[in-house]
Order: sequence, then C-alpha cells, then structure tokens
Amino acid sequence: MDRLQYLFDALTPLNIALAWAGVIAGTVIGALPGLSATMAVAVLVPITFSMDPASGLIMLGAIYTGAIYGGAFAAILVNTPGTPSAIATTFDGFPMAKRGDGDLAVTLAAIASVCGGLVGALALLLLAPPLARVALAFGPVEYFWLAMLGLTLIAALSEGDLLKGLMGACFGLLLSMIGVAVVGGDVRFTLGMPQLLGGVEIVSALIGLYCIPVLIDMVSTPKAHLKVSTTPRGFRLGEALGLAWRHKVNLGRSSVIGTLVGILPGAGGSIAGLVAYSESRRTSKRSRHFGTGEPEGIMATESANNATVGGGFIPTLVLGIPGTPPDAVILGALLVQGIRTGPSLFTDQASISFTFIYGLLIATVLMLPTGLLIGRYAYKSIISLPKAVLVPTIAFMTVIGSYAIQNSAVDTVIMFTLGVVGWVLARFGFKPSPIVLGLVLGQIAEQGFVQGWLIGSATNDLVGMYFGRPLSIGIIAFIVLSLFYPLIAPRLKPRRPAPNAPETSSRKGAANAD
Amino acid sequence: METFRTLMGAAGLAVALAAAGPAVAEYPEKPVTYIIPFGPGGESDITARMQQEFWPKHANDEEVVIQYKPGGGGSQAWSQLNSMASDGYTIMGANVPHTILQPMIADSGYQTDDVNVVHYFHYTPDAVVVPKDSEFQTLQDLIDHAKENPGAVTFAGSGSNSANHLMQQQLDKLAGITTTYVPFKGTGAAVQAIMGNQTTAGATYSTVGVNYPETRVLAVAAEERLPSLPDVPTFQELGLDWVGGAYRGVAVPAGVSEDIKQQVSDIVSDINADPAFRQKMEDGGFVLTAIDLEKMPAFLEEQKAKYRGIAEEMGLVEPQTAGSE
Repeated sequence: MDRLQYLFDALTPLNIALAWAGVIAGTVIGALPGLSATMAVAVLVPITFSMDPASGLIMLGAIYTGAIYGGAFAAILVNTPGTPSAIATTFDGFPMAKRGDGDLAVTLAAIASVCGGLVGALALLLLAPPLARVALAFGPVEYFWLAMLGLTLIAALSEGDLLKGLMGACFGLLLSMIGVAVVGGDVRFTLGMPQLLGGVEIVSALIGLYCIPVLIDMVSTPKAHLKVSTTPRGFRLGEALGLAWRHKVNLGRSSVIGTLVGILPGAGGSIAGLVAYSESRRTSKRSRHFGTGEPEGIMATESANNATVGGGFIPTLVLGIPGTPPDAVILGALLVQGIRTGPSLFTDQASISFTFIYGLLIATVLMLPTGLLIGRYAYKSIISLPKAVLVPTIAFMTVIGSYAIQNSAVDTVIMFTLGVVGWVLARFGFKPSPIVLGLVLGQIAEQGFVQGWLIGSATNDLVGMYFGRPLSIGIIAFIVLSLFYPLIAPRLKPRRPAPNAPETSSRKGAANAD
Repeated sequence: METFRTLMGAAGLAVALAAAGPAVAEYPEKPVTYIIPFGPGGESDITARMQQEFWPKHANDEEVVIQYKPGGGGSQAWSQLNSMASDGYTIMGANVPHTILQPMIADSGYQTDDVNVVHYFHYTPDAVVVPKDSEFQTLQDLIDHAKENPGAVTFAGSGSNSANHLMQQQLDKLAGITTTYVPFKGTGAAVQAIMGNQTTAGATYSTVGVNYPETRVLAVAAEERLPSLPDVPTFQELGLDWVGGAYRGVAVPAGVSEDIKQQVSDIVSDINADPAFRQKMEDGGFVLTAIDLEKMPAFLEEQKAKYRGIAEEMGLVEPQTAGSE
C-alpha cells in the first residue's frame, strides 16, 4: 500500500505540469529529424539541478518518452525515422501516408505508443529487480546472436530481390566498420582522414539514406508529396481504436518484446521495433500486405519502441547500467544529485524512484492527447504546405539535425554523401533499410562475436561459448524459425489473398513509395 | 619638466592599470561553453556536471554551458580544439592517457602538445573489480589462479589501447602472469559483463567499485587508499609498483591569453577547494588532484614518458630512436 502513497506524491499539480511540458517538448523534438531524445534530455539536465530530484526526473523521463513517440511523425509523413527506433515505422507508415491515410497512421502510432509505454512502465514498477537479472544473463555471444536475428530480417525486408537486399546489408556492414574498432583498436576504412576516426554516426546516416532521396524525388516529380483526402476526417480516433482492439494480441506481444529488448543495454529501440515487426508479420493473417501500408506494422513497431523506455530504465535504476543513451544522461543527472542507483534505490530511496515511475506512467497517458493534437497539426502542415516551402524546410532540418547530434560538421557531410549514394542506389532498386540494418547491427554483431571469441578461447570452449548457452540456443531457434518460416509456412496453411481489404485500399500507391 | 613627465607616466600607467585591472578581474563576464569530447553520461560528463553546479559561485556568477562533441574516443573534439574561438569563452575537457596515446598510435588529427590543458582536476585510479559473489577474495587469489591457468582469466574493460587495457598489461607484467583482456564499448558495457559473470574480473576504475554495490574491488592503483574504499589495498601495498588511472582536466584553444589561462586554472582550483564539491566527488570515488597551470609541464612530461614506455612494451609503437617524434 505504501507504493500507492507515491502515486499521490507524483500527482501534484507541479509534477503533472512538468510531465505535460516534457511530453510536449519531447514530441516536438522527436518529430524533427535529427533532434534526438538524448540531446533534449542533456540540454535540460542543468534545469533539474534546482528541482526536487523526483520532479526533475519526471520531466526528463517525460521528454524521453515523448521524443521516442515523436519520431513516428517524421517516419510516417516524410519517410525519415527521426530516431533509429522508428526505422520499422517507415515500412508501413509512409505507404499509408502516401495513399492518404497519414492521419490514421499518426493516430494509430499514438495509441500504440501509449500502450507500449504503459506496458514498459508497469514492468518497471512491478518487476524491475528480477527483470534486471535478464540484462546480466545476456553476454557478448547473446548480443551477437540477437544482432544475427535482426539481420535475418533483411530477407523479409527485401521482398522481391533478396540479392539486392543482401548487397545493401553488406554495404551497411562495411559502413559500420569505419573508424577505430572498439575491439582491437584498429583504424579501418578511414582513407587517411582523421575526421572518419569516429565512424559513421547512425542517426546522421539514417537522415541521409532516408530523407535525402525523398527530398530529391519531391523536387523531381510534379506530384503532391502525400495524397490529400477530400473530406476532413478528424483524428479518425474511433477507426484507430477499432483497429487497435482487433489487433490487441499484436499490441501486447510487441509491447512485451519491446520491454524485454529494452532491458538489454545497448540493444535499443531499433532492434525492439524490428523484432516486433517481424514477429507481427510472421503471425499475421495479412503478412503479404506488410510493407505496403499495413496498420499492424505501425502498431507493432510503435508499441515496441515506446516499451523500451520503461524497459531501459530497469537496468538503469536497478543496476546503474544505462539501457539507452538517454538513460545514460538521466543516470548522470542522478549521480550529480547524489543519488546512488542500485537495488537500494527501490528501498532506501523508494520515494524518489516510485514517484518517478508513477510520473513516467502519467507522462505516457498524457502522450495520447498531446500526440493526437501535435500529430494532427504536423499532418495538416505536411499536406497543405506547397513543396516549394516543404522541401527547403526539411532540407534545412536535415542539415541542422545531422550537425546537432555530435556538434560536428563531419556528420553533415556524411549525411549528405550517404543521401546521394542512397538516391543513386534506389535508382537501381536498392532500398535504404537493409543498408541501415547492416550499419546498426554490424557493430553489435562484431563486438559480440569478437568478445565471445576472446572469452571462449580463454576458457578453451569456443563451441560451447557460441552454441552451448541456453539463452543463445533460444535466440538461434528464433533465427532458424525466422529464416525458414517462409519456406515452411505455405505447406502449413495454404494462403489466399485476404478477401476484403479495407486497410490496404491501394497497392499502387505503395509501389512507388520507396 | 622631468617631474611632469614622471607624473604623466605614472598617470598613464594608472590609466592602463585601471583599464586592464577590472577586465582581468571580471573574467568571465558571460557564460563559458564547456565542450565534453565524449557523449553524455560518462565520467567526463558527470564530473563536468558536478563542476557546472559550483561554477557560478567561483566564476563571477556566470554559468558554464556544457556541450558534447563525441567521436573517435575524444579525438574528434581535440583535433578541432585549436580552431575554436580563443577569447577564453570556449573550454574543453581533456583526458590523460587518451591525449597521449591516441596521437602516438595513429594519426588522430592532433598532437599531444596541441591540447593546452590548464588544470587536471581529478583522476579515477585503475582498479581490479570482481562480481560480489566471486570466488576471488584478494588480488593474490586472482593472481594465483592466473598462474595456474595461463590465459584463462578474462578482464572486461573499456576499449582497446585504453587506460583499462594498459592496466591489465601492467598487471600481467608486474605479477608475471598471462591474462586475456576483453574490450567493451564503454565502462557501462564492461560493468554489465563483470556483474553478469561473463568475465572473471574487470580492469576498470575505482568509481565502478564505489557506484556498483554488486561488485567488489580487489585493489586500486592509487598512491594511498581511497576515502570511499577504505578497506581496499593499493597495488603498491601488494608489492605491485603501479599507480595509474584516467586524469580529467580542462583545456583551452591555442591563442588564449596567458592571463585568461591562469584565470581558468584558478577557477578550477577554487571549485576543487570547495568543501561541498570535494564531498560530492569523493563520495563518487573520484580522487581530486591539484595539477594547475604551474605544475602542468612537469606532469605532462612525466606522463608522456610513462606511456611512451608502456606503449613500446605493448608493441603499439616503434621504440623511439634519438631525435624522432
């Protein structure tokens, strides 16, 4: 019952105002390509020095969860994931927006994000100490296999041309190796330029590979960016809620996947979104429609990536190991406040931790009205602004965004270069997603593999290291399932095209979406 | 006439002093930008944030604004330091051994002496850390185990050719053992591996032992025992002659006047002397140091010679021939 007391502590007008302000600021920042949750949280840390620790934390947590949600707007409306977490949101979000269902997609993203955020925050509230053990059980080899599982998605993402998908992924893997290797310290592929020692920053690569080709296409074709519907349809909240209810299993499963992946430090929202997406696709009756504007796809990624917020706080608060980069900033703010993380945070300093967790829950709920209003405004501006205004504005944001991540002009140059490369490759049928997957997962896979090799060699048990650990075996089983399911599935249940398909009114719009 | 001239001279001097005096005393007269060459949340960030809180009190009520410029283990920022504004309102974090090892091993875009450090205000001693439930109670237990099983003891640490990696190499050399170093991306990932029993132990910093109750520190590479870890022996107490760790300080771009350099150094010294700041830093396992502008040349010479020697032993650089560098 003690814990309920903290709920009332969290429900002070000041805390609610801070949570709401945080959600609004976070959503706007997340919606702008390149302005990330990490940056937003870091800028506001000094303000929290003068606050009561719990209130400061509530605001930081609210900004963070808002920013992860806000990333969906750019993904749906401009085909640019604002954060790596939203990569998989572009797959179906942009095709939906393209055919005139952007409003529905934005509303669905809001509902799914709230749902995922609540599951993650409830796991943090109720199960944090035992779940933190999961993070510790995950060794280098498990990270390697998890990255492999992510890479098997290439098969699914490059429908029609597996070879080009694999080639794109290899290009991404090569990009991930640029710079000083974490393991070994070798300097690779820098072409003698010290500027490349830091490697390719993932978010600037995302902006370049996704956004620049969209901008070039907007300029080179006379068509409207998104199809405009003739009748005003409001939020389409009822329709979205109906869809969400029909796919509640998908929402629940994706939220749990997001929470679990969120607990693993370093894995992050991108893997969570992708794993949830592929699971949802694998089990859906409408899996053929994934990638062409299927609402289930948006619900899967958006619920999973917001679930990583609560999940990521579990190792951060219980173990002191930040689950994600924004968690690292919040952890730093805690240390400056003189708060020691660890299991005692939930006992000795329970008033701070539980007030914070309730604050996070409140912020997640506030995300629904905030997100609907901001989403509607964003959608209206994107469809009503003439291209002559839209293109320069987005182009300006890509430059600012790619610079702001690390305050580095090098990243802007890399962003632009990859953008042009991505556009040229798109002419030959290569899609950006396999390249980005290779880039994001390459580092995780490489580090995990070499660390596993070092530890396995030291203990003289390489085979056992890679194939003998129970968690590894579990992940390998998923990889096999994900790789061979498309071959087995037709034999298990003969597929027919879905008889009536109101959710995917046009496949034509999707065909030229990428 | 002579008197008049002297008088004019004196007056002129007085005017000059009056003009220069307040200008000097009033630095800083606007917020100072403090660039951290790493991402947020690391120890460079946390200690800078601790300074940030005390900065206005010791710097004319002006704030310090923290910005991040991560990349290449800090080299991205350090290689750009000297092209930044030299008015004294941009300062940057600087780390040893990073700024010594990086230019030594590869072309990192800057040289060690390009980084004008005005004050190293603290260091985190190297430490050997094991999980709380580890069978190894003392460093000697671990060394004995390593002697019986060459190569089998694994150390998790942050990055290759880093302070952590160097400590593991020194331990191998001084104790006459062979162990395996497993580099991770950052201290957080290394700590995760240590607490999860993925490796035998960790080659990391004293701060890990202080901030993670699930770990136990076997030894620290400080000159004397740390107030935050009073029961943990130093390497020297155990007969291993090694004192080392990561020093963190404040640097300014080339071209900043000697006067402002001195003032920045003084502000950092004043913050270091603040009892509330000392308390926070020591509670976190950081060891305050007073390596100010005056002591800087001797300190850097000593550190450069030390790390040059270690880098040669590790085969990271060719042994230095006379006249090179």
